[in-house]
Amino acid sequence: MARKHVVTTINGDECDFLCESDETLLSVIRNQLRLTGTKEGCSTGDCGACSVMLDGRLVCSCLTLAVEAEGKVIDTIEGMSEDGNLHILQRKFIEHAALQCGICTPGFLIAAKALLERNPNPTETEVRYWLAGNLCRCTGYHKIVEAVMDAATEMRG
Amino acid sequence: MIMDFHAPSTIDELSSLLSNSSEKKHLLAGGTDLLVQMQSQIIEPSTVIDIKNISEMMEIKDDIDGFYVGAAVSGMTIIEHQAFSDTWPGVIDGVKLIGSIQIKGRASMGGNLCNASPAADSTPAMIASDAKAIILGSKGKRDILVEDFILGPGKNILKSNEVLLGIKFPKKRNNSSGAYLRFTPRTEMDIAVAGVGVNISLGDKFQIEHAKVSIGAVAEKALVAEAAAKVLIGKKVDEEVIEKFVSEVRNLARPIDDKRGTVEFRKQVIGVLAKRALNIALERISHG
Ligand code: FES
Ligand code: FES
Repeated sequence: MARKHVVTTINGDECDFLCESDETLLSVIRNQLRLTGTKEGCSTGDCGACSVMLDGRLVCSCLTLAVEAEGKVIDTIEGMSEDGNLHILQRKFIEHAALQCGICTPGFLIAAKALLERNPNPTETEVRYWLAGNLCRCTGYHKIVEAVMDAATEMRG
Repeated sequence: MIMDFHAPSTIDELSSLLSNSSEKKHLLAGGTDLLVQMQSQIIEPSTVIDIKNISEMMEIKDDIDGFYVGAAVSGMTIIEHQAFSDTWPGVIDGVKLIGSIQIKGRASMGGNLCNASPAADSTPAMIASDAKAIILGSKGKRDILVEDFILGPGKNILKSNEVLLGIKFPKKRNNSSGAYLRFTPRTEMDIAVAGVGVNISLGDKFQIEHAKVSIGAVAEKALVAEAAAKVLIGKKVDEEVIEKFVSEVRNLARPIDDKRGTVEFRKQVIGVLAKRALNIALERISHG
């Protein structure tokens, strides 16, 4: 059977691709579209490194079939900065040294942005629970949580 | 092998896909179990049918006779539905515990039910709420209580040409509320070692008028704790009632020993959870 043709919007631009019906969205994003900011950690939904927004919902792209993206809007880490300026969250991650190897970082940023869009004033506990699906083997999480809390403060103005 | 993929947009299209050959078809709702099994090559499906373009699978409806939640509605959609959350807080307790935010962005209550894990977090709360599974087959719809839908670990009652269409909740009783509590070694991203769903209603003298209790992860499937509920009916909750209630819950539990908990521990903790869940439900009633 022929490969499937899928039309989506990625980071605001219309985008179409051909994929196998059992291929994951993560695989297409990285290997075909060459948007390699989205990372692969576990491929089983445990680590959150592959986090993307799918029609405004935070999801694991490793547990989404690429064919399911038909007609959907996808946002990845590549769309986070605006006009070459880092998003406040990105800036705060750097300021707080909230990353070391960086593999988990795009996933954390996407997840944190989704949180702050819903809840601009989260408690530390809320931040920790929201980010429980993102694993980091380097930082010990503390600096990540600090960076998110600080970004939230600045975004509230 | 090339996998066949379908995304029907109506019930009729789905029905004809299901009936047009006897070969095994895998339904795709949130995919948080199916994709894991595919990635680890536990299964290599020849046909996958995505049910998320079918409106009946994706809607939450507030009918006069109670809420209907489509089988593929994501956990986050359910949690964010204010009216449903206000009506069934115990069910929301359960749904909130299904994996991370990312997982709940896709995973559905229907999928949690169909997978029939004995530790499924939303199941005991659904059972305690008297929820019914709406099943669509070649001869139309039928419904069955959630406790009777699950047969055992990984086994449900669906025949090969049937699908779960959604979950129907009854009209909420006056002065009623519910709660679900589980025990896990970690506070997030873990699987229940024991779980309890409770739903109760109070009469005008604060006596318990109705009670339904379900326990999870302590048997091959979620069980209805009938004897425990009977202890409560007609009574005002006091120490003595709670003690009897807890011991009936423990009597019913028939857990296994595994790396996450021993039989003894699970029996102990299921009683503690039952007591706490009952207290949360009572508190929720008093806070309206
Ligand atoms: S790669 Fe998707 S959750 Fe780990
Ligand atoms: S910075 Fe290395 S995994 Fe998080």
